[in-house]
Amino acid sequence: MKPPGFIYHRPETVEDALGVLADVGPDAKVLAGGQSLVPMMNMRLAAPSHLVDVNRLADLAYVRVGTAADGGREVAVGALARHADVERDEAARAELPLLAQALRYVAHPTIRNRGTTVGSLVHADPSGEMTAVLALLGGSVELRTATASRTVPAGEFFVGPLESCARAGELATRAVFPVPAGRTGSSWHEVARRNGDYAVCGVGALVTLDDVGRVAGARVAYISVGPVPEVLSVADVVEQAPVDAADWVAAGRYAADRLEPESDIHATGEYRRHLAGVLTARALREASARAARLEETILEGSR
Amino acid sequence: MTDTDAAERNHPVTMLVNGVHRSAEIPARRLLSDFLRHDLGLTGTHVGCEHGVCGACTVLVDGRPIRSCLQFAVTLDGAQVTTIEGCTRADGELGSVQQAFQDCHGLQCGFCTPGFVTTITAFLDENPDPTEDEAREAIAGNLCRCTGYQNIVASVLRAAELANGSAGQEST
Repeated sequence: MKPPGFIYHRPETVEDALGVLADVGPDAKVLAGGQSLVPMMNMRLAAPSHLVDVNRLADLAYVRVGTAADGGREVAVGALARHADVERDEAARAELPLLAQALRYVAHPTIRNRGTTVGSLVHADPSGEMTAVLALLGGSVELRTATASRTVPAGEFFVGPLESCARAGELATRAVFPVPAGRTGSSWHEVARRNGDYAVCGVGALVTLDDVGRVAGARVAYISVGPVPEVLSVADVVEQAPVDAADWVAAGRYAADRLEPESDIHATGEYRRHLAGVLTARALREASARAARLEETILEGSR
Repeated sequence: MTDTDAAERNHPVTMLVNGVHRSAEIPARRLLSDFLRHDLGLTGTHVGCEHGVCGACTVLVDGRPIRSCLQFAVTLDGAQVTTIEGCTRADGELGSVQQAFQDCHGLQCGFCTPGFVTTITAFLDENPDPTEDEAREAIAGNLCRCTGYQNIVASVLRAAELANGSAGQEST
């Protein structure tokens, strides 16, 4: 089908965009990559009166690796950075491999060439990989209006399925993904019914090891098992275990028991829970192996 | 003026399409796929699902493959676009990807083929010597209901061979 008509705005600067958003009121949508909004318009599931096209705001087309206010490292992604830009950014890949590990599961390369990472966060699809990545890393989204700016942590940003806390008149200008401290490995695993399709269940894992190779922390985050990304710690099961003796299968079962996935036409809730347990064990094992390799590299480097 | 009138206001749009400057006055809701087919008469770009799933409408914008059914043409004012019509050789003969599809029987009904050819053209620019797995991954976002994909994967590898062969000849 064809999209319904709308009044089109194409601001050239961030300030102009914020001015337009303040003027046009609540029945407006921001158009960035359009890879979720345009299909919804084509299917007439969405019919905003105004579209504010931010594709000319070149100032927001960036991926920056830098130092956070607290002294840690972070990757900041501007609102106009395409998924493909984030995925291919060498500095971001080196500093925070989880970004590219998860991004390769975001739809197909052709969609990633256009869709934006910040846009997918605001869209808040319960199957959107980057929502769980932001939640797992404890990141945040910056929201601006013509007169104010606020930074919302991931835990408060996602309100419900397809609902973020961004209000009418606000523009999400960037997302910040903190780099985990210490010797931390990461991994993303998911199962979809077809390559590139929405996940039946997806899980991201972070495992941190201490100086002698024991598990110091292990966290996982899920998509497609609840209305918003779910973050869990499995430290109770594996903390202090030597990395090669940690019981990742038990950790997977522990996490799965704490999820409450619902049934839909693609999978029953029980199947999703089982899948979550299996994928959690795989993701944790892979993340821990990467953390262990990181440790060896660092130790070898210091010799 | 009512909102409906304003919504159908026309916007001037100019793009460099297959190396030629093309302009039209179009409503903002005109999809790039419809702009190419209806306003510019470039009917080689096929429209399948019209919600980004099938990949038939894939064109290259500034060298990167995108779904033309998921973009408003007005957004891409000033962009450089390559469609299937731009995937032939300068002398009008089949381009290497097109030739590979003929060599390997990579199409049957041909409806999905324009999307495959544009996708593969961009993929081989980035990865001129792919493995079979990489070739399969490269076309994962395009649907074909005839071939079973085996011959399309073979076409990707054959196109790489043809492109590398002709590049070799040019350099000697």
